[in-house]
Amino acid sequence: MGIFSKTDASFREAKGDLVLENVTKRFGDFAAVDDLSLVVPRGSFFALLGPSGCGKTTTLRMVAGLEQPTSGRILIGDTDLTGSRPYQRPVNTVFQSYALFPHLNVRDNVAFGPKRRGVPNAMALADEALKLVEMDHLAARKPALMSGGQQQRVAVARALVNQPEVLLLDEPLGALDLKLRRQMQVELKRIQTDVGLTFIHVTHDQEEAMTMADTVAVMNAGRIEQMGSPARLYDLPSTAFVANFLGQANMLDVTVEGSDGDWLVLKKGPKTLRALKRRAAVQAGRVAYGVRPEKLVLHETEPTDIPRNHNVAGPGTLVDVSFSGVSTQYIVDVPGMATASVFEQNLDVEPVSARPGDQVWLTWDEGHAFVVGGGEHLTDGVVIEDTP
Amino acid sequence: MSALSALGSATAPRPAGDTARAVGGRKITPFLLLLPGVAWLILFFIIPMVQLFTVSLQSNFPGYPGYYYRDVNFGNYWRAWTEFAPHFGRSLLFAGIATFLAFLLAYPLAYAMAFKAGRWRNVMIIAVIAPFFTSFILRTVAWRQILADNGFIASTLNRANLLPGGHITETWVAVVAGLTYNFLPFMVLPIYASLERADARVIEAGGDLYANGFTTFRTVTLPMSMPGVLAGTLLTFIPAAGDYVNAELLGSDKSTKMVGNVIESQFFRVLDGFPTAAALSFTLMAIILALVFVYVRKFGTEDLL
Repeated sequence: MGIFSKTDASFREAKGDLVLENVTKRFGDFAAVDDLSLVVPRGSFFALLGPSGCGKTTTLRMVAGLEQPTSGRILIGDTDLTGSRPYQRPVNTVFQSYALFPHLNVRDNVAFGPKRRGVPNAMALADEALKLVEMDHLAARKPALMSGGQQQRVAVARALVNQPEVLLLDEPLGALDLKLRRQMQVELKRIQTDVGLTFIHVTHDQEEAMTMADTVAVMNAGRIEQMGSPARLYDLPSTAFVANFLGQANMLDVTVEGSDGDWLVLKKGPKTLRALKRRAAVQAGRVAYGVRPEKLVLHETEPTDIPRNHNVAGPGTLVDVSFSGVSTQYIVDVPGMATASVFEQNLDVEPVSARPGDQVWLTWDEGHAFVVGGGEHLTDGVVIEDTP
Repeated sequence: MSALSALGSATAPRPAGDTARAVGGRKITPFLLLLPGVAWLILFFIIPMVQLFTVSLQSNFPGYPGYYYRDVNFGNYWRAWTEFAPHFGRSLLFAGIATFLAFLLAYPLAYAMAFKAGRWRNVMIIAVIAPFFTSFILRTVAWRQILADNGFIASTLNRANLLPGGHITETWVAVVAGLTYNFLPFMVLPIYASLERADARVIEAGGDLYANGFTTFRTVTLPMSMPGVLAGTLLTFIPAAGDYVNAELLGSDKSTKMVGNVIESQFFRVLDGFPTAAALSFTLMAIILALVFVYVRKFGTEDLL
């Protein structure tokens, strides 16, 4: 090696955690990825979650080597991969459009990587990888003659067969219908557990990210807003964007009044609200107070016996009821506060007799509330669901 | 049940609609729709072909030059093959060389247009097509000026003593150059179309799967553009093999004549030449069809997309 740059082999033998250090990618004046740093532990299932245009795919492409960062470093273990070519990296990609070679059959597609690396039993490896994704019976087919789901499996096999140190998945399930997507999520998770490789999964589907990944990083405008386990992100978002992008959140624009022991005291007009200090990302000024819809309880009569640390809002008007089997969603308009969304599990046969227009009250455990900065940014990251 | 079996059942080809219902009027509609096309083919392809074929078998009316009677005279074919074998050979050879040269020139050009041109792409496409706005004959005549003895190319080569014989015009080199030039756009455009249609992600996938730039080109880009290459070579070779303008305007009187020139002279300049010209035309068509058949079988598109 000496003074010369590292050989292909030394890049390919890189092992360890994937590290991004202050990575920035600019296209002209636009920073697609802005000073991003993160560590993905070896063998973990990591999801980059964000709306389209947030920089998640650009980040992925930089890890693959298909784009070079404007500044910053990308490492696997101790090996600096910055500036190396895609074919030199121990990284493989499952492309969003699958990008199978149209002129090769399934087996040759999968054997492509091992052949390029001069692995002697490339075909046997390809067959093995196809078995793993249950596509061995279609090995002689051309990609054009297969469904999206089948092509997707081949694309996974084609990347996996190389036993990459990091496997990148660029919205690989985006083109599948909902039911198949759910099944593939489970299977991808199983495959990841089986092979124990580092998976980085890019998606804009928050449910997909939460069900599959050990760690989710929520990206917005080229930066990571918050990173952590799915449960942690959902329960305790640190920004309004994360609160809204991961599931639904009832958010109130409030002002911090003071504190009371472990509690932060907040004002919404004349109404006093409280939240635990350790659940408040910002503890002064104008902030956003959030409660998840399933944490709210709907009452058809004014609740009298309110437990400690619970709060009441109401009376409000029931605006809408939508029954979805497992649960029912209620939209309640509470004057002076907000239009709240409430999820109730359907534990009874006739759960609620209230109809739109009726008077209702809401209660919730204030220990479940969270506080994030910027009461003026209540709707950041609100997703208009494109119901499949 | 795994997702796969669900996949299988979800994607299994469904039986084509209720065939039993397609009775009566419904069965006729497709034929009615085909009718104009079929009529056109019969009128402008089948009938002239049959006519040409009967002409190719006619015999001269002895003592009345220019008059023929209906006959089954395969002697016309024999004459065409024996007397004009060198012309067939030249046609195929010149067209083959021109096709190969056009491929060598067109591929890099099409590649640059598809992947490297950026905002210049449309300008380049127009530059490729623009020559069609002038007459084919005029452009070939212009090449006569370019390649003339006192032109820049010939005089420079002559001064350096690099031109045995002293001329470019009147040689097969000029004919092949003219063929290459005239049919180049027919090579460029299909190759460009196939490269332009290629998914950039598929080419990236080559790099992602350990193929360096050249290997990716050899194993991914080039095979993906094969349908374009195939179309381009056919669109170049077939008209080039039948061409007579280039040999007429750029070649010599004898040694560079192609089949097209012979057909032209038999039809228009030689009395009693009609049957021979027709036999030559049919023979050329048969040879080209046979070559194309072998070629397409070998580099066939049926498994390329």
